[in-house]
Amino acid sequence: MLNRKGRRWGADACVVGFSGGGVGAEFGDPLRERMVVPSLKLQDLIEEIRGAKTQAQEREVIQKECAHIRASFRDGDPVHRHRQLAKLLYVHMLGYPAHFGQMECLKLIASSRFTDKRVGYLGAMLLLDERHDAHLLITNSIKNDLSQGIQPVQGLALCTLSTMGSAEMCRDLAPEVEKLLLQPSPYVRKKAILTAVHMIRKVPELSSVFLPPCAQLLHERHHGILLGTITLITELCERSPAALRHFRKVVPQLVHILRTLVTMGYSTEHSISGVSDPFLQVQILRLLRILGRNHEESSETMNDLLAQVATNTDTSRNAGNAVLFETVLTIMDIRSAAGLRVLAVNILGRFLLNSDRNIRYVALTSLLRLVQSDHSAVQRHRPTVVECLRETDASLSRRALELSLALVNSSNVRAMMQELQAFLESCPPDLRADCASGILLAAERFAPTKRWHIDTILHVLTTAGTHVRDDAVANLTQLIGGAQELHAYSVRRLYNALAEDISQVTAAYTVQKTSEHRALFLRTSGLLS
Amino acid sequence: MIQAILVFNNHGKPRLVRFYQRFVKEIQQQIVRETFHLVLKRDDNICNFLEGGSLIGGSDYKLIYRHYATLYFVFCVDSSESELGILDLIQVFVETLDKCFENVCELDLIFHMDKVHYILQEVVMGGMVLETNMNEIVAQIEAQNRLEKSEGGLSAAPARAVSAVKNINLPEIPRNINIGDLNIKVPNLSQFV
Repeated sequence: MLNRKGRRWGADACVVGFSGGGVGAEFGDPLRERMVVPSLKLQDLIEEIRGAKTQAQEREVIQKECAHIRASFRDGDPVHRHRQLAKLLYVHMLGYPAHFGQMECLKLIASSRFTDKRVGYLGAMLLLDERHDAHLLITNSIKNDLSQGIQPVQGLALCTLSTMGSAEMCRDLAPEVEKLLLQPSPYVRKKAILTAVHMIRKVPELSSVFLPPCAQLLHERHHGILLGTITLITELCERSPAALRHFRKVVPQLVHILRTLVTMGYSTEHSISGVSDPFLQVQILRLLRILGRNHEESSETMNDLLAQVATNTDTSRNAGNAVLFETVLTIMDIRSAAGLRVLAVNILGRFLLNSDRNIRYVALTSLLRLVQSDHSAVQRHRPTVVECLRETDASLSRRALELSLALVNSSNVRAMMQELQAFLESCPPDLRADCASGILLAAERFAPTKRWHIDTILHVLTTAGTHVRDDAVANLTQLIGGAQELHAYSVRRLYNALAEDISQVTAAYTVQKTSEHRALFLRTSGLLS
Repeated sequence: MIQAILVFNNHGKPRLVRFYQRFVKEIQQQIVRETFHLVLKRDDNICNFLEGGSLIGGSDYKLIYRHYATLYFVFCVDSSESELGILDLIQVFVETLDKCFENVCELDLIFHMDKVHYILQEVVMGGMVLETNMNEIVAQIEAQNRLEKSEGGLSAAPARAVSAVKNINLPEIPRNINIGDLNIKVPNLSQFV
């Protein structure tokens, strides 16, 4: 799959020759026949573009072709319009202007041919949006297409509406979409459901239209419909506390659907690596999280099932792990039993040691989400988290840094700072600033002694001086100013630091300090020299 | 929600660009370039997740990508999507392409960009996951292709008829068929082949 191989032309080869003659024969006028260049097929244009050796050559080819396309649009040629727009969409992807094709999208959408509509709707999705006045003009075409009962056409219309439908279009077409929710064809229904989600996002008042059908939709067996319905219910619940309360009563049904998926085993068309429709499982788990949050009764209803999923899911492949992670997040977010919570955090801890980097990344992200609410549980995994600072993968070490900083408290601050200082010395440059400021913040909050605090700041300044914010210097000044007994000590330290490495910050600071404590400095430097 | 789906090759040439969030065209192009540079820096044996670039929304968004031979498939998603789930979704999309194009390669995506969009539209719609059952997706695409073929288009039908007839193995047709008293002269069919 996706290996290099030669081009296949197949039946298209004879078409290439055929189309040339066909165009010429269309325009009866001999003068025009000489002027009209046979219009390129999309593949031919792509071939020409690929043949260009330089950017300038490519630009030339494309500009020449766009001129032809413009002329063709001006002439109003209906037969080639779909091909011209397809070419235009291709050059648009490469970054060339294509705005002159917007009206052509409208004409193609209004055509009765599926071939035309297909390209026209794609063009509308790629070229048109709310900013263009033209976008409203397709509302009528969409309305017609939705009500004609030709499934592929209805599918195109719904897809377009859910991608670029403005608030006004959504208001106009909501009744049509509502009708399609309970039509016989699952193909159209699943698309109508997701279109409804988009409409609610654009026009929240439409929630009242799309809430009632959800109960019935939840009884469907078709996975596509179920997936869309769960997405729709989730959207409704996230927007309105009343909807949230309303949908709490479907928790038993959701538990039933999920249990059926989990116990079904490897038998359905939807299974990925032996897990039944992991996408649907993950969506249901997310909805259960929202419904169970802060609600004892709902949490109780889902407790057993969550325990079952947490212990029985096959973790040898990615699909199972996706489900397991979602389960863990749900367990931690609802009012679950204490034993279940411990199990969940331990699952995450185990995943921190997994050889798969993606798993370690998601484990770190999940622990970060839990560190506020379940601090002590996450603390138990601190050693492993600190190990992750040594990751060579920048995405992972960034996550490990965030989590490590969040885990610093008064009892572990010395040990943690040692680790973080070590990390600061070798971390990738784009993490240095965050690491430095994180250390300084933690030091300020949890410093066991003033001397330790000064040492820490000095160490950060010398290790990553240029990445440190200016107020760090001011803080140090204040700190030393407020600790008379440490003046000699700090000046000595500063002098040593300056001797080792004249970085901007240390130098600026030393100049400032020595002017304030000139006498002290002269005495100290006399001692040292 | 999925903000954008980008496919580009090892040199950053875009092969598929689909945004589900409104961006001005210039910004779209910049996002493609920025994403390419971010993804290209990654070695092959590190994790498939990245913070989003500043243009697409920064740390609220993640880039989840997979590298297949000469192509990068990048999904830009917000925090509501399951990271591991999206990895599987990319795999579903690529396997579906493989079924529709028969051992898909980069050239298929180059020369049939429109068809790739149509296939993607059956998997992701409005930034949300629509269908993950590959058999259903492929069946739908085939039905749509049949519908297009049946409409003919300008050059498709006659040319296909010509090539189809060219490929027919016509048996040797006798000049005369003798059935007892009747003598039927067989017309010359060679003008049609």
